[in-house]
Amino acid sequence: MTLKQTPLNAAHRAMGAKMVDFGGWDMPVNYGSQIDEHHQVRRDCGMFDVSHMRTVDIHGEGVRTFLRYLLANNVDKLQTSGKALYSCMLRPNAGVIDDLIVYFMREDWFRIVVNAGTADKDIAWMKEQAVTHAPQLKIVSRNELAMVAVQGPNAHVKVWQVLPQTKAATEALQIFQAADCGDYFVARTGYTGEEGFEIILPASKVEVFWNALHQAGVAPIGLGARDTLRLEAGMNLYGQDMDETINPLEAGLAWTVDLKSERDFIGKATLLANPPTRKMVGLVLLDRGVLRGHQQVHCAQGVGEITSGSFSPTLEKSIALARVPKEVQIGDTVQVAIRDKMLDAKVVKYPFARNGKILSL
Amino acid sequence: MSNPNNLKYAASHEWVKAEADGTVSVGISNHAQELLGDMVFVECPTVGRKLKAGEECAVVESVKAASDVYAPISGTVVAINPALDKTPEAINTDPYGAWMFKLKPDNAADINGLMDATAYQAHVDSEAH
Repeated sequence: MTLKQTPLNAAHRAMGAKMVDFGGWDMPVNYGSQIDEHHQVRRDCGMFDVSHMRTVDIHGEGVRTFLRYLLANNVDKLQTSGKALYSCMLRPNAGVIDDLIVYFMREDWFRIVVNAGTADKDIAWMKEQAVTHAPQLKIVSRNELAMVAVQGPNAHVKVWQVLPQTKAATEALQIFQAADCGDYFVARTGYTGEEGFEIILPASKVEVFWNALHQAGVAPIGLGARDTLRLEAGMNLYGQDMDETINPLEAGLAWTVDLKSERDFIGKATLLANPPTRKMVGLVLLDRGVLRGHQQVHCAQGVGEITSGSFSPTLEKSIALARVPKEVQIGDTVQVAIRDKMLDAKVVKYPFARNGKILSL
Repeated sequence: MSNPNNLKYAASHEWVKAEADGTVSVGISNHAQELLGDMVFVECPTVGRKLKAGEECAVVESVKAASDVYAPISGTVVAINPALDKTPEAINTDPYGAWMFKLKPDNAADINGLMDATAYQAHVDSEAH
């Protein structure tokens, strides 16, 4: 099977990227050292090609009403133009179809950004729901758009240096808010736990933008560091920390599910009828080794499983997200089965690191 | 980085160096460390363990993944490199200096069954296609 390419494929190769198959996409895993790239983002700033992710625009009368029903989080929290919300989209059985960011632009235009590997499935599901609930809506997959994330303490300054025309509109953005600046849709969002912007722009303009950022001293960062950065920031990865077999309450995402309002949404009845028996916690390995996904976690209350684990360059220890029995407490010591050994790990709150600082040890 | 001519190589990407004292040092090749990326943890076999050629005997873990290291020839582990405990990244920066363990071969001639640098490079190139 031929791998799909983003418009920056040649630019990555020119910058010495090691390319890998990431869910059918030919993507840069690193441009040298993954650990150096990780530190670069925490200490200065870096840029990520996330053009494999998909932008979906929903236009028409009554988008809000439709999204109130479609998404587990409540779009009524979005009242200012540009404001964004992180949400899961659920099946009726409460399994997570995808996690996404939804932006309220106007009452007749909301923008949704979904994961690459799930985009086609997501759009099919949205359209299927719209047939019965909002046939007047236009659901448009914006395949002609690219996306670049610029993240790190110096990210804003660098973006304004390269795109000075966006500065006035983006200076006063709140966290999780976007400004539509013509060709450049600039959002103060990210997947690293650092300040920064995610910029959606025409694919035809992305290579010039990418190279201009590079000229301004912004280092390219591969998917390897993207994964350790998001893990330290305690952010879930779809397909690893949750999928269609897991509901959001057992994926550490209760904070994104609005069960309080009277609003009905797809999956709500199942969530109310099935209180969670497991929960997500952070683990820090006390012994020497590396925590990895699918390792078993032996707790006094039963067996859990690591969903994401790696070496944390910021903590210089191995960390993980794990789904464990709900009775497990922060501060407990649990045993993780790694090959033929049982190694001690401490149960901690996550995020592990944010804004360059260590939070959990 | 080219593969040194004074070393022998296994198809599973270990290098082997015949030492003057009759033991052999074992590490992983430059190609292997490039594939794995930044090393963060190395688990060596215990001294005294008897290994059969092809047996899993050590683990190298990069940020990305864990990978098994295999005994290139049969023998007994007589030493492990204690420096890799603190500086696993030496495998990235100096793959042909960062030996992982030393074996006393069961049969000194076994090393001749491994690939030389040229044959190993051809093996690496063939795996890439």
